[in-house]
Amino acid sequence: MFPALGEKVYGKPLVYLDNAATTQRPLSVVEKWRRMALERNANIHRAVHFLSSEATAEYEAARDAVRDFIGAADRSEIVFTSGATASINLVAFSFGERFVGEGDEIIVTEAEHHSNIVPWQMLCERKKAHLRVARVSDDGHLDLDQLSSLLSPKTRIVAVAHVSNVLGIVNPVKEIVALCHSRSVPVLVDGAQGIVHCKVDVQDIDCDFYAFSGHKIYAATGTGVLYAKRKWLDEMPPYMGGGEMIETVNFSGTTYARPPHKFEAGTQNISAVPTFIPALETARLMGEDSAVGKYILDALTSDSRITLYGVPRGTTDKVPVFSFSVKGVHHEDLALILDKMGIAVRSGQMCAEPLMDRFGVTGMLRASFAPYNTLEEAKYFIESLNRAIEMLL
Amino acid sequence: MELQEAKEKIVEDFSMFDEWLDKYEYLIGLGKELEAYPEEERTEEHLIKGCQSRVWLCSEKRDGRLFFRADSDAIITKGIISLLVGVYSGRTPEEIAGDDFAFLDEIGLKENLSPTRAGGLASMIETLRRTAEDAK
Repeated sequence: MFPALGEKVYGKPLVYLDNAATTQRPLSVVEKWRRMALERNANIHRAVHFLSSEATAEYEAARDAVRDFIGAADRSEIVFTSGATASINLVAFSFGERFVGEGDEIIVTEAEHHSNIVPWQMLCERKKAHLRVARVSDDGHLDLDQLSSLLSPKTRIVAVAHVSNVLGIVNPVKEIVALCHSRSVPVLVDGAQGIVHCKVDVQDIDCDFYAFSGHKIYAATGTGVLYAKRKWLDEMPPYMGGGEMIETVNFSGTTYARPPHKFEAGTQNISAVPTFIPALETARLMGEDSAVGKYILDALTSDSRITLYGVPRGTTDKVPVFSFSVKGVHHEDLALILDKMGIAVRSGQMCAEPLMDRFGVTGMLRASFAPYNTLEEAKYFIESLNRAIEMLL
Repeated sequence: MELQEAKEKIVEDFSMFDEWLDKYEYLIGLGKELEAYPEEERTEEHLIKGCQSRVWLCSEKRDGRLFFRADSDAIITKGIISLLVGVYSGRTPEEIAGDDFAFLDEIGLKENLSPTRAGGLASMIETLRRTAEDAK
């Protein structure tokens, strides 16, 4: 089903454990992508000819598939972007233009990916606003009391990850949203990791924005989603101007199309967006084997040489994303040796430099599992990790 | 040992390994053998930019020849820089600046490193070259 997973590297079967960076694709996604590029290539929403109608239907069917997958109230609340980064930048710009002014405050957390920090820093710079940072505890959990104490009448938005790409800890987003809403503060949830491992229901979470990338949930690269409550999309100014996002254009003034098209200026990634349909179908069918995560968690926490960042407190607050360091061993050495054993893991800062500073390390090693990874692979990983550590110590 | 001879010896050593893990074992060994780096030279100025791990390299000119000392916080990288120091330390600036460093391709170091790490190796070579040019 996933051809890449059958590949060999350096003569060894590939064990792909860098899923938090990107997932491998099922054949159904590649087939849809190929068909859109070869047989259904036409610009959408405009022409009356056959190909254009077919391409438009596929593109809009993808919007329905996404709406259904995350439980949005209305299809106009699904905006297609190039990825989670673009989705967050869109909000930081458009929401910021309309609602953020000098002296206002924006809250992010210490455990955010750079993509959920830098757009807000740029906004703060533009508007002379201030960035406030919610802390995480030593075991990698968000400090809700401290977050609560940061909320002030000047807070305009809170941006928080559903699941940290380093710690793998599931933030209690529903609780965070309720807390922020009680102070009339909207919440953006960065769902890049959460969409893969958690059942997402945006109406239940009640978040104002939910952003994620397609390529981390089996879809084509260059695809992403911004879910936003309709009231925000109505009030926010467009991010980019161009074709598709307009109603009428005159030199005396232009009126904009209604959401979601208001935020989809220019020709979209029309060959790739429809891959959301088979990708989300795959995601729905593939249940995660909790035995894999449990095996790795037990192996890592029972080894005194290893420090795991992001330790669960319960049974449902950690996804199988494991970042750790090994005493006396550099993460880069481990990643290099594991690579030659056929195992793809990530080493370094994982686009979360502030979090590295928080834990006082220059980097970590991360093994991130997808539902397609097997217990056998998990065992091979731990065995190989031990071998690599012994080579290095 | 002449420069050419030193390079040939490394190529010969590497030719004995079929497996990449054996090459890494060899590099780890080289890294462990590397002479301790002088603490007073562990400065920002001697840090080589472009490596994922930290690499320090300092040099000294004696009797018209350059002598290098190096360190890294990652052991395989330390092995690589140790290999370079072993080959190029004690050579004249002209010899180093005029060398093509092609033996590194021959032992497969360049193509088997990820782009970020190949970038690191390129930075190490660049630093050696620049130091030699400056010392001419």
